[in-house]
Amino acid sequence: MTPNDAKRPLQLNDQGQLRHFLSLDGLSRELLTEILDTADSFLEVGTRAVKKVPLLRGKTVCNVFFENSTRTRTTFEMAAQRLSADVITLNVSTSSTSKGETLFDTLRNLEAMAADMFVVRHADSGAAHFIAEHVCPTVAVINGGDGRHAHPTQGMLDMLTIRRHKGGFENLSVAIVGDVLHSRVARSDMLALRTLGCPDIRVIGPKTLLPASLEQYGARVFHDLAEGLRDVDVVIMLRLQRERMQGGLLPSQGEFYRLYGLNTTRLALAKPDAIVMHPGPINRGVEIESAVADGAQSVILNQVTYGIAVRMAVLSMAMSGQTAQRQLTSESASEEPN
Amino acid sequence: MRIRILGARVIDPASGLDQVADLYLADGRIAAVGTAPAAFEAEQTLDARGLIAAPGLVDLSVALREPGYSRKGNIASETRAAAAGGVTSLCCPPLTKPVLDTPAVAELILDRAREAGHAKVFPIGALSRELAGEQLAELVALRDTGCVAFGNGLASFANHRNLRRALEYAATFDLTVVFHSQDAALAEDGLAHEGPMASFLGLAGIPETAETVALARDLLLVEQAGVRAHFSQLSSARGAQMIAEAQTRGLPVTADVALYQLILTDEALADFSSLYHVQPPLRSRADRDGLREAVKNGTIQAIASHHQPHEPDAKLAPFGATEPGISSVELLLPLALSLVQEGVLDLPTLLARLTHGPAQALRLPAGRLAAGAPADLVLFDPEASTLAGEHWLSKGRNCPFIGHVLPGAVRYTLLDGRISYQA
Repeated sequence: MTPNDAKRPLQLNDQGQLRHFLSLDGLSRELLTEILDTADSFLEVGTRAVKKVPLLRGKTVCNVFFENSTRTRTTFEMAAQRLSADVITLNVSTSSTSKGETLFDTLRNLEAMAADMFVVRHADSGAAHFIAEHVCPTVAVINGGDGRHAHPTQGMLDMLTIRRHKGGFENLSVAIVGDVLHSRVARSDMLALRTLGCPDIRVIGPKTLLPASLEQYGARVFHDLAEGLRDVDVVIMLRLQRERMQGGLLPSQGEFYRLYGLNTTRLALAKPDAIVMHPGPINRGVEIESAVADGAQSVILNQVTYGIAVRMAVLSMAMSGQTAQRQLTSESASEEPN
Repeated sequence: MRIRILGARVIDPASGLDQVADLYLADGRIAAVGTAPAAFEAEQTLDARGLIAAPGLVDLSVALREPGYSRKGNIASETRAAAAGGVTSLCCPPLTKPVLDTPAVAELILDRAREAGHAKVFPIGALSRELAGEQLAELVALRDTGCVAFGNGLASFANHRNLRRALEYAATFDLTVVFHSQDAALAEDGLAHEGPMASFLGLAGIPETAETVALARDLLLVEQAGVRAHFSQLSSARGAQMIAEAQTRGLPVTADVALYQLILTDEALADFSSLYHVQPPLRSRADRDGLREAVKNGTIQAIASHHQPHEPDAKLAPFGATEPGISSVELLLPLALSLVQEGVLDLPTLLARLTHGPAQALRLPAGRLAAGAPADLVLFDPEASTLAGEHWLSKGRNCPFIGHVLPGAVRYTLLDGRISYQA
């Protein structure tokens, strides 16, 4: 008896195309590369005078944010608008859930309004899986960040950033620095880097901010920033939340900055052409020095730009995969004898 | 009512009996095993050739959800489900609403269980009022009403001093204390065993030390107080080792494990299925193997269902927002038989851990199949199979085994010499 049956990957349709975008787990190198290639082609759209393509015309994209966000929400809105979709954004944290409505009911109501796609951010790990599996399987669900689990569009925009600045992944050393334990960005980055063939993934931080079993991502753990940064091509800094000082994870912001903050001197240990990334919003003087954040090696603002293109790629691919699946299902249903 | 049970393979782990024999039941008791008593005239004969007759199963933890949580289950529904799983005696934990900390609540549970008539219910009383870990519950009054042991669930005591006093008070009256050793601060907000799976899924981890640190403290306090103690729901191999060491030192401690902990591991969480959300959490393969070994060698005397039925809504949310627990008492026997099928345990040992072992741990008048004992027994077909969920009696359908084909099938459960369940 195996109580734990293998299931068809939830986020792929019968032809192996994206129909949801929940996590980078289980996605092939080819699929990730297709996302990056598609995003590359959309980057050009952003430079036009008229920044719209008609791929999602007549479709309704619902951004449902159970957690606050500015950058992710806005770039998802822009991505959907540039694809000509109708966009609705709901900050649920301030509306219905405070009236006692459950996640389940909120989503069901939006589904009844004929939304074609949900972009969801939620504080619980697995929330996007739950919605895709149990709430509205026929609506494409895009994970805009779930708990500590995954932030797959951020992961892909980080990969696009690396590919555009470094040309590829095969010979790179990439360091991820800071609060990996609570970071869905770090988890998605590590998965994407491994799938895309990056041979040297390093994770740097104190034990209190690193999750167990990082070797499963193919990552090497460093507790010393200088040692970990040596000769890397890419430095990904993570945001440090203030509440980490409570509960004894860290003594103070000051001590963290002294040990793990990225400044010019430390960046000099990396390769001279190393790039510096950050998912934002940055805490100047907490995890990163202003001179580095605003310096020549920083690509932090490029990441934001690329984010729109990556989200356009993911939205259009998932919508077409979901539509194809719906057609497949309705065809096979009509073939069945009555 | 006089019943003759014809030709079953009779296994009684308490006496070591394992042979094909006829059973004769009269006046709610087992009148004889093997040869008919003089002038025995059966009113009913059950043809049990090909079946195994064993003592009715004794389940040390079945949440009946009554009073207070009728949307999840009630005494009638859950004891009926238990009978279908081969259970004739069960203990219910004190987490009801109101909490089982007064004789009135205990009486209500016992009355309703008698009225339902599906299984004998032995309540476990609250060790502290409202399970708040501050003030002692009226342990002796509860004992006199029928509580067989006292526990505080997963809720902690306010401090070690209060816990120590509770143990000493219990020891004064030779009461058994049931521990669910888990350090609340180390387990805080945790959803899954701290390990690769929890890291990967981004679920807050519950380290093994949440169990072992609490267990070390509890064992030291038990030793000092000299109280009879039963450790329930062990989840780690290291925890089982600590129990074994304590037993070697001569401490009067027993232990049980949830049946699902012997089958599942934290790998089951891969799809975020809330059906696998349990507390204490499913742990690693090494932990599961360590627990299996401890069951085999007798460190752990009892396997319990730790049945926790829920209404559908309790599981219909992202993993972290769901309520923990698995509804599985009605699959107790076939699910346990999967351990025999897998070669983890032999059948007599498994039955010992489901009958005599738990009965001894909490000193229950149950778990034996011998002349003079109550006629509580289960007859099952070891060659048949059970499609889990084909029939479902519990109000909680929160069971990850639904849909699985399990080995063995309960044919009859008899309680005090009458049929309490028939397939």
